[in-house]
Formats: sequence, structure tokens, C-alpha cells
Amino acid sequence: MIHCYKLGGFNIVLDAASGSVHLVDEVAYDMIDAFESLTKEELKASILEKYASSGVTERDFEECYADIEQLISEGKLFSPDTFKSDVSALAKRDPVIKALCLHVAHTCNLDCEYCFAAQGKYHGERALMSFEVGKRALDFLIESSGNRHNLEVDFFGGEPLMNFDVVKRLVAYARSIEKEHNKRFRFTLTTNGMLLDDDVIDFANREMNNVVLSLDGRKQVNDRFRKTVGGVGSFDVIVPKFQKFVQARGDKEYYMRGTFTHFNPDFTEDLKVMLDLGFDRLSMEPVVCAPSEKYALDEEDKKIIYDQYEKLAEMMIKRRREGKPFTFYHYMLDLEGGPCVYKRVSGCGSGTEYLAVTPTGELYPCHQFVGNKDFLMGDIWQGVTRSDIRDKFKGCNAYSRPECDGCWARLYCSGGCAANAYNATGDISGVYGYGCDLFRKRMECAIMLKASEYLDEEQKDS
Amino acid sequence: KRIITLKTRNLNESKQNGGCGECQTSCGVANQKCEKASK
Repeated sequence: MIHCYKLGGFNIVLDAASGSVHLVDEVAYDMIDAFESLTKEELKASILEKYASSGVTERDFEECYADIEQLISEGKLFSPDTFKSDVSALAKRDPVIKALCLHVAHTCNLDCEYCFAAQGKYHGERALMSFEVGKRALDFLIESSGNRHNLEVDFFGGEPLMNFDVVKRLVAYARSIEKEHNKRFRFTLTTNGMLLDDDVIDFANREMNNVVLSLDGRKQVNDRFRKTVGGVGSFDVIVPKFQKFVQARGDKEYYMRGTFTHFNPDFTEDLKVMLDLGFDRLSMEPVVCAPSEKYALDEEDKKIIYDQYEKLAEMMIKRRREGKPFTFYHYMLDLEGGPCVYKRVSGCGSGTEYLAVTPTGELYPCHQFVGNKDFLMGDIWQGVTRSDIRDKFKGCNAYSRPECDGCWARLYCSGGCAANAYNATGDISGVYGYGCDLFRKRMECAIMLKASEYLDEEQKDS
Repeated sequence: KRIITLKTRNLNESKQNGGCGECQTSCGVANQKCEKASK
């Protein structure tokens, strides 16, 4: 399957099964687009007629036709999808767990109306994880990780810095045992910034591979939802703290992560504010909520969002050329060093190799299912006792949903997020169509950005 | 030259050289890196 599209002045052809990306001129674009539906003679007549005034000759046609045939023979164009027949082998996962989302705090010092975690408490009681529970979770991870070397732990909440002492002790414990078990822990922290101070900054810059900082952009946008329990906006408190943190962070990884809703589908304006504040590693995510919520994105918003994604890509090209580049998480594609087909088919690993742990040690498929007892899988002492839930998640992959047949992006999204599917359809095997539409748009823009980078490099070299 | 092909990791070939499971847990699979392929 191929996907042909025009964006940002580029004609792009993506070969879905091989992952090949081709930049083509108008003639080649039309030839590839009609290659499978017309005979060679029909195609020749069509092209020569359409481009007669442009001076395209029969020889031009033959040369381009030969180039297309060459790419087909190299498996880079119209390549057959051989993965579907191998899906049981490709999606087969070793029964290991390699990543935990540690909910060290089911409480929060902000009261964000749109929070999927229901103000950090996940529809339950306020709770902090004890060191003993966290320590057992780390032991459970090591015991369950088989021969995996790289292990990941995200400190999450609620607001994890409301339990900072436990976070520090858990990291120290993990560091003390990783060598003897031949493991390497990669820690991340997701914070609203309210409790960032010098102690946290020093610790995070020493121990955290990545830190996710929550800010929605413009002051009025951020403060619409991200308020204290007393109803005061957080912007003026968190921005100076984030600036201090990022300045001290050097070249270590962080993301300034915002949420956009029905009230700000023009989210590039928020990204501009983040850039003006000195942040250059950005992520903006569509709100996750029931469609009945007043801030839920709707069909009208979708057109605006498409336009915003394109604007964002143009903004990134412009700033890169001006020597002021920034990154946007969903546009970060590594065409040469991206994930293998096993990863692309099997997806994020939720419910199988990635689990969430509550403050009391319960196990859930991922952070978005925490609190929904239908998805309670076991605990860190007994392990996964609901293997039926694990099997259901194991069965979700890029080829498990009939709705994905015919979608060129299935090896980029791996069939999509199980939690989004569940929230939209009531079934993790469902499809969140709105999310699919936004995802495809993001991928088109991300690939276009790679095309732009490639041509800029080529021009520099010549 | 009417067609420029960007350098990409061939997914068919990654059936042979992929699957080690050491990559980062995405939670954005497409936005992940493979340490081995990136070297």
C-alpha cells in the first residue's frame, strides 16, 4: 500500500510496508498515483496529454516508468505487506515486564478540571505510596523482567513531588541493586511544577532521564483549567520554576507538555508562548475525555487542528532555517533509526510489558486504567493474577482491528492507544476514529518535515 | 531526477535484525528510537 499526499510544497509518496519515503515531482506523482489502476499505455497517454505543454516527452515517461519499476523491484514501492501473515510471531511478546508507571501520589496540589485522573485521586481516596510498597514494586519489576537490561520507571500521580522523599529513596534503592541484577534503570518524572525547588532540580538533573513539565501555554489558557484547589491559576507560580529548571537542565531531555481542548484548538499560539518563555522541547496533546464534556474536541475543531498541525510544521521549518530550532514530540521521526517492525506491530506494551502500580501496590494495564476495577490485574506481591486481562491486551496490535485494514499509518500507530479506544468505544479492541484522524495528520506533517530537512541538507552539501 | 528516495530503515529487513525488546516504552510508537539502528 502506498500513501500519496501533497503538503508544504512537497509531493510525498510513502510505501507503508517497507517504510520507504519518496519525494517526487508532479509527473512522477501522477504516474505513481495511477500506476496500479492503468495499463502502461493508458498511463503514457494520460501523462503525455496532461503534461504536453510542459514539454514532457515519451522518453521522459519511459525513464520515470523505469525508475518506478526499479523501486518496486527493490521493495521500496508497492511492497507487499508480509507482516499480517506473520502477526502472531511479530506480536508475540516474551512474558516480561520492563516498565512501570509508579503512582507515588494519588493526590494533587492542583485541581485541573480536565484531568483524566480525577484531580489525581483516580476516583478513589487520597493516598501516598510508602517506601515499602515502592521498593517491592522495583523488586517485582526486576523479578518480572527476564533478561531485559533496560528497565523504566515513571514517577507519576497525581503530583509525584508531593511524595518526593519516597521518590528519592526509591531511586537510591534502584541504583543500589541495578548492577548486581545487570539492569539499567531509566527514570522519568511527570510534574505540574508547583513544588519544583533547588533540591528537586538538582535531583532531577542527576537522576531523571526525562522530565515532563505540564504547562498549557498562554496564561489565560493554562489558568482556565490548571488551578489550585482554591481556584487560583498556576501560570505565574510554575513558569519561573520551569524556566529555572530548564536552564539548569542543560542538554538533558525534558518536555514541556500541554493539553489543548475545545477552548484552544489554535494551540500553535500556546506553543509560541512556550518558545517565547525559553522552552524548546514541546509536546501538545489533545484532551482525553468523554465527548459530552464541554471542553471535548468536536468535528468543527478538527479542521482547525489540521490547519494548526500544518502551521506548526511550517513554523518549525522557518525556525530551523533561522537557527532557532525546537522539537515537537509527535514530529520526532527517526526514519533511519526508528522502531523495528516487532515494536510497530505490538505497540506500547500496555497490559503486558508496561503496567501501572497504585499507591497500595495494585497493578493496572496502564496509568489511564487505574481506578477502573474491571482492569485490576493483580498486585506487586502476587503478580498478575488476571491473565485474561493481560491476554486481551496482548491481542491488541496493528493488525487486530478490521477498521485498520486499508490504513497507511497502521505501522506508525500500532493500532492506537488501548485507553483511548476504551474511552471512545467501551472496548480496548475498538478504534478511536477522531484520534486516528489527528494521528494521520501528524504523521503527514512529520514526514514532510523530514523531507524538508533532507532537501535543506542536500542544498547545503551542494 | 523525478524521484528522490530518503534513507529509511527497511521494515522488512527489521524482521531479521529487530525484536530485542530493549527500546523505550513509548507511553507515540512512531516517535521512538531504536538504539541499535540509530548507531
